Amino acid sequence: MMPLTNPLLLVVILINFFTLGSARLVACIRIVAFQGALLAMLPLTTHGITGHAVLLAIGAFSFKGVLIPWLLIRAIREVRIRREVEPLIGFVPTLILGALTTAGAFLFSDFLPLVAEHHGGLYVPTALATMFAGFLLLITRRKAITQVLGYLMLENGIFIIGVLLSEAMPLMVEAGVLLDLLVGIFVMGIVMNQINREFTSIGTQRLSDLKE
Amino acid sequence: MLELLILSPLAAAALSLVFPWYQLRSWLLPLSSGLHLALSIVLVSGSFPAGGAWVGLDALSRLVLVVTSLLFFGCAIYAVGYLDLRRDRGNKVMVPCLLAFLSFMTLAIAARHLGLLWMAVEATTICSAPLIYFNRNRLSIEATWKYLLLCSVGIALAMLGMLFIAYAALGGGAPVSLQFDSLLATATSLSKPWLHAGFVFLLVGFGTKMGLAPLHTWKPDAYGEAPGLVGALLAGGLTSVAFLGILRGVQLMTAAGDGAMARQSLLWMGILSLLLAAVFMVRQPDIKRLLAYSSVEHMGLLAIGVGIGGLATFGAMLHLINNALTKGGLFLAAGNIQRAYSSKRLSEVRGAIVGLPISGTLFLAGFLAITGSPPFGPFLSEFTILRGIFANHQMVVGVLVLLSLATVFIGMGATVLAATQGESGPKNDNFRDRPLLYLPPLMFMLLILLLGVYIPEPLQKALSQAAALLEVHP
Repeated sequence: MMPLTNPLLLVVILINFFTLGSARLVACIRIVAFQGALLAMLPLTTHGITGHAVLLAIGAFSFKGVLIPWLLIRAIREVRIRREVEPLIGFVPTLILGALTTAGAFLFSDFLPLVAEHHGGLYVPTALATMFAGFLLLITRRKAITQVLGYLMLENGIFIIGVLLSEAMPLMVEAGVLLDLLVGIFVMGIVMNQINREFTSIGTQRLSDLKE
Repeated sequence: MLELLILSPLAAAALSLVFPWYQLRSWLLPLSSGLHLALSIVLVSGSFPAGGAWVGLDALSRLVLVVTSLLFFGCAIYAVGYLDLRRDRGNKVMVPCLLAFLSFMTLAIAARHLGLLWMAVEATTICSAPLIYFNRNRLSIEATWKYLLLCSVGIALAMLGMLFIAYAALGGGAPVSLQFDSLLATATSLSKPWLHAGFVFLLVGFGTKMGLAPLHTWKPDAYGEAPGLVGALLAGGLTSVAFLGILRGVQLMTAAGDGAMARQSLLWMGILSLLLAAVFMVRQPDIKRLLAYSSVEHMGLLAIGVGIGGLATFGAMLHLINNALTKGGLFLAAGNIQRAYSSKRLSEVRGAIVGLPISGTLFLAGFLAITGSPPFGPFLSEFTILRGIFANHQMVVGVLVLLSLATVFIGMGATVLAATQGESGPKNDNFRDRPLLYLPPLMFMLLILLLGVYIPEPLQKALSQAAALLEVHP
C-alpha cells in the first residue's frame, strides 16, 4: 500500500494551490472536501488494513469528505452568495506566496530532527504546506466562508501529522476530535447565516465596529 | 463518581431541551450545578481513588474544579433572575449551552489524556459561542465570529503541539502515548526539540483560549458583548481551565528537566499581558471591556507567578481562586448596571451607587478587590506573587509588575469611580436590585473578603500541593 502514499500527498499539495488560486466558491468547497476525502485514505496507505486505520478512514471520510462540505454548501445556498471569493490581495500574489511557503516547507522539514523512517518522506512537508495554505486563506480572504475553508485546511494539515502518530490518538479521541470539528463548522454555519441577515453580506470586513 | 460529575450536567442539558416550561428550565441550572458543586466538594475532600487512565483528579485539577463549580453555581442562580428579565430572548439555547459548557469544562479539568483535554476544550469553545451571541445584534455577531474563529484556530495549534509531544516520544524511543501519567513517567526520554516545539504550540493554543497577550484580541469583544453572567463564566471559569492546560505543559517540561525554559516563556508572555492590559485600561470608556482587559492583566499575573516559581507559584494558585471569584462578582454586578442604564458606556452610566445601591456598591468593592486593595483576597495573592518575585531577585520584573499594577489602579479607578459616584444618570426605572441578581455577586465578594483575612487550613494545604506539582522534579 505504501507506494500510493506519495501520489496521494502530491495531489493534496496540488489542491492547496487550486484553492489558493480559485475564484469560485462552490469549487473551493468541493475541492477542500476532496482533499479531506483523500486524506481519509492516508491511514490505510500508511498503516495498511488494520481495524484502527479502517475506522479512522471511514470516520474521516464521512466527516471531512461528506458531512462538512454538505453543511457548507447548504450554508452558502441559504445565504445565497452571489459574488464569488473576494481576496484582500490578488490571486497571483497569493499563489506566489503559496509556492514560497510550500518550497519553504520542503526545505524546513529537511532540517527537522525527524525519526529515520520519516526522513525524506512527503508527510511532514505536505502537512506544513497544507497548514500554511490554510493560514494564507484565513488571512487573505474576506468572506467568512473562505475563512472557514482556511480553518478546514489547517485541520487537514494537522491530520496528516496525526496519521503518523496514530498510536498516540486512540479511536475515542479521534472520534471526539472529528465530532468537535463537525459541530464547530455547524455553529460557524449558523453564525454565517446571522452575519448575512444582519449585514446583507458575509464579508468579514464589515465586522469592524469592535475596536478601541 | 467522577463520571457522574461530568455527565450529570450533560443529562440536565438534554432534559432542558424537552422541558416545555420556561421557569422550570431556568431552575434546572441551579439544580444541576448545585448537585455538581456538592459532588465536587465530596470528591475533593474525600480520598476517592484518583481515577483511571482517562479521567482523574490531582491537586491542580481539584483546585480548578472547586473554583469553577462554585463560580458556576453562583452564575446559575443569577441566571434564573436574568432569564426571567429576558423572556424576549428565551432560554431554549442559553440553558442547554450553559449546562453543556459546565460538563465540558469539568471534562477538561479531569482529563488525564491530552487528546481528551483538547477535545473538551474545543467543545467549550463551541458551547460558549451561542452564549456570546445571546443578544443577537451586529456587535455580538462580530464578537462571536472573532471568538469562534480565533479560538478554533488557536486550539488547532494546541493540537499540533500535542502531536509534537507525541512525536517527541517517538523520537526518544519512549512508548508513544498522550496519556498524561505515562508521559510524565517517560518525560526524561522525550526528544528535546520536539518537546520544546510542542510546549510552545501548547502555550500559543491554550494561551489564545486563556487570553494572554498578544493572543487576547478576541477577549474585549467577546466579554464586552456577552451577557454579564457569560462574561463571568468565561473570565473566571474558562480561563482557569485553559491555564490548567498550560500548566500541564509546564508539568511535563519540568519533569523532562526543562522547566526553566517553560517558565521563562510564561514569564515574558505574562509581563507583556500585564503591560498591554495596563495601557488599554487607561481612559477605557466601556465598563465591560475594562473588565476584559483586567482579565488579560490577571492572566498575565498568573503566568508571571508560575514563571517565577517558588513562593510566587503558591501566590499564583491562590490568585487563580481570587481572580475567578472577584471577576465573577464584577461581571455580574456590571451586568446589573448595564441592564439598569441600558448601556455599558461611561456616557450613560453615571452614579450607579445612587441609582442601583447594591450592585453599584458591589461593583466598586469588586474594583477595589481586583486591583489588590486590602483586605480583599487578591491583595494577599498579589502580594505573595510580588514577594516571590523579589525573593527571586528579579528586580526588573518586580518593578514592571508594580508599575503596571499602579497604572491599572489609576486607569480602572477613573472609569469605575465615574460610573459609580456622583449623581445618577437617566435610568431604566423598571429595573431595581433584586435578590436573585445581587445575592450571587454578594456571595462572591464575601468569599473574597474571607479569603483576604483568613485562609483555612485545608485550602492552605491544597494550594501547597498544587504548587508542589509544578515544582517537584521526579
